[in-house]
Amino acid sequence: MGRYVVRRLLIAIPTLLVISFVIYAILALAPIDPLSQFGADPRVPAEVRERIRDSLGLNQPWPLRYVKWVTAMFRGDFGVSFMSHSSVGDLIAQRLPNTLAVVGVAYILGVLMGIPVGMISAIKRYSFFDHAATTLAFMGFSVPTFFTGLLLIIIFGIKLRWFPFIYSSTLQVHDLASLGQQIKQSIMPITVLALFDVATIARYVRAEMLEHLPLDYVRTARGKGLMERFVVLRHVLRNSLIPVVTLVALGVPAVFGGAIVTEQVFRVPGIGELLVTSIGNGDIPVVATVVFIFAVLVVLFNLLADILYAVLDPRIRYS
Amino acid sequence: MATTEARLTATTVKANMLRPPRSLWSDAWYQFRRHQLAMAGLIVLSFLIIATLVGPYVWPTKMDAIDFAQSLQGPSADHPFGTDDLGRDIFARSLWGGRVSIAVGLTAVIIAITLGMTIGSLAGYFGRLDNPLMRLTDLFLSLPILPLLLIIIYLFRDTLRAMFGPEVGIFIMIVTVIGVLQWMPVARLVRAQFLSLKQKEFVEAARAVGDPDSRIIIKHIIPNVLSPVLVAATIGVGGAILTESTLSFLGLGFPPDVPTWGRLLYDATNFIEIAPHWVLFPGFLIFITVLSINYVGDGLRDALDPRKTG
Repeated sequence: MGRYVVRRLLIAIPTLLVISFVIYAILALAPIDPLSQFGADPRVPAEVRERIRDSLGLNQPWPLRYVKWVTAMFRGDFGVSFMSHSSVGDLIAQRLPNTLAVVGVAYILGVLMGIPVGMISAIKRYSFFDHAATTLAFMGFSVPTFFTGLLLIIIFGIKLRWFPFIYSSTLQVHDLASLGQQIKQSIMPITVLALFDVATIARYVRAEMLEHLPLDYVRTARGKGLMERFVVLRHVLRNSLIPVVTLVALGVPAVFGGAIVTEQVFRVPGIGELLVTSIGNGDIPVVATVVFIFAVLVVLFNLLADILYAVLDPRIRYS
Repeated sequence: MATTEARLTATTVKANMLRPPRSLWSDAWYQFRRHQLAMAGLIVLSFLIIATLVGPYVWPTKMDAIDFAQSLQGPSADHPFGTDDLGRDIFARSLWGGRVSIAVGLTAVIIAITLGMTIGSLAGYFGRLDNPLMRLTDLFLSLPILPLLLIIIYLFRDTLRAMFGPEVGIFIMIVTVIGVLQWMPVARLVRAQFLSLKQKEFVEAARAVGDPDSRIIIKHIIPNVLSPVLVAATIGVGGAILTESTLSFLGLGFPPDVPTWGRLLYDATNFIEIAPHWVLFPGFLIFITVLSINYVGDGLRDALDPRKTG
């Protein structure tokens, strides 16, 4: 087990290096000048522009810049934004709490609601509840999150005026009233993301439970006179949740990806929004770092999923 | 009496012999028709495809006819979906946009399936290629898809626009990028099927007859992996349509003069307070299309699963 974890960690490091290289190469080889907006200004003389390029290190060959970028990241230095001239690390540290407050809460809610919904669907298969849950889950996958978001804005933000539809980042939570406001402005983005998560997780839990329900060990549990509640919760659910745990871990990076869209709809100033605006500004250091953080999330949670699977299921033995 | 009976049996036997043999596909079609939601999805989807193909020629209002007197109107008999800020007919724009969105979905999936099948069958059939190709698949699976799509499109769209023109250039780029970042699940699926199928007797028989590897792969193994790939492809079309609309919604898809459904929504967000209809109709079309595709995929999965046929 320990050796397996170590080996997986050793594979993860070169994977991340290759991904960081791919990201940097795409950005460096692109036919676009990071100073194009600045350069379009005719008041900037050519030699000043050249000096800025020099000071940003843009005149060096890009493989060299890549090596510098990666080694600096190892020391925790993510570079300086071209646009705001503040450190990329600070920018991300400012934005991350907003993303986590929305995405994190939504995902936890999605998991907490998805498991019981999927469980009831499986036990009461083909019942009204199952049909309703299945239909809603299909809708959940099929509707783009930005459309759900806009729909909620039209209904609850504009027609009913229940919730504000632009997320205010200046809001400080210091008393009950401001906490209420914070909750009010988070409800819509959280709902949008949670709906999608509930759909995915409920479908998966249902499929897993249905696979386990007709197995022999369930009949044995019933045969020895165990109450149905215990049969389901202690035997079927526990075994069905093993693959679900890995799905939940694997889903985390995708959830952050989905947050890019939701943050854009509700103007939540999170890292997804930072990425989209930085792409628009051609702010290469910020874009490279944020995309790399997404890659780290994917690799990290893939690793976590594999390790959890090995820990939870004693039948899985890695040599 | 006896003779008529004999004649009757003879005719039934003859009728049985004349009836075409039941194939996998006719069985699947029989099974598929019993899945009501999948049939409903198929009907809605066919209707949408025909509407987007024929609609722009039949509908009298042109999609780029500007009429400022009619701007931001709600739905009416002349403009069933209302009008946008320039007074253009949203119905006509949605019809045209559906054509682009569906074409993007189909083409991207064809690219993804071709890549996935090629890599999956090579990895599954030739043991030497298995490890390197699967490492490559794992690497692609570790890429952050949406952020990468965004930066590639932002960085390369001007070049492609210059090379192939604004519409074709962006189309080629979006379709390629979505396809190249979506082949991995298909490759894994095909590889897994190949690993078990290449041990089977019929492959051994083909090899004994002297068939070369290429013929064994194409003629003997691939037909056996087609049904799961078909299901994955169907669902993939829905996914690709969602991805395209997401990119357009973030302002990184087609240019404003190509009204895909996502682009219509992106343009509509600034007018959401005064013209909610502009958001509702294109969004609803994306939803209905993808929902129908997902139901068709679900129906296909059930219909093509031989364990369920009975």
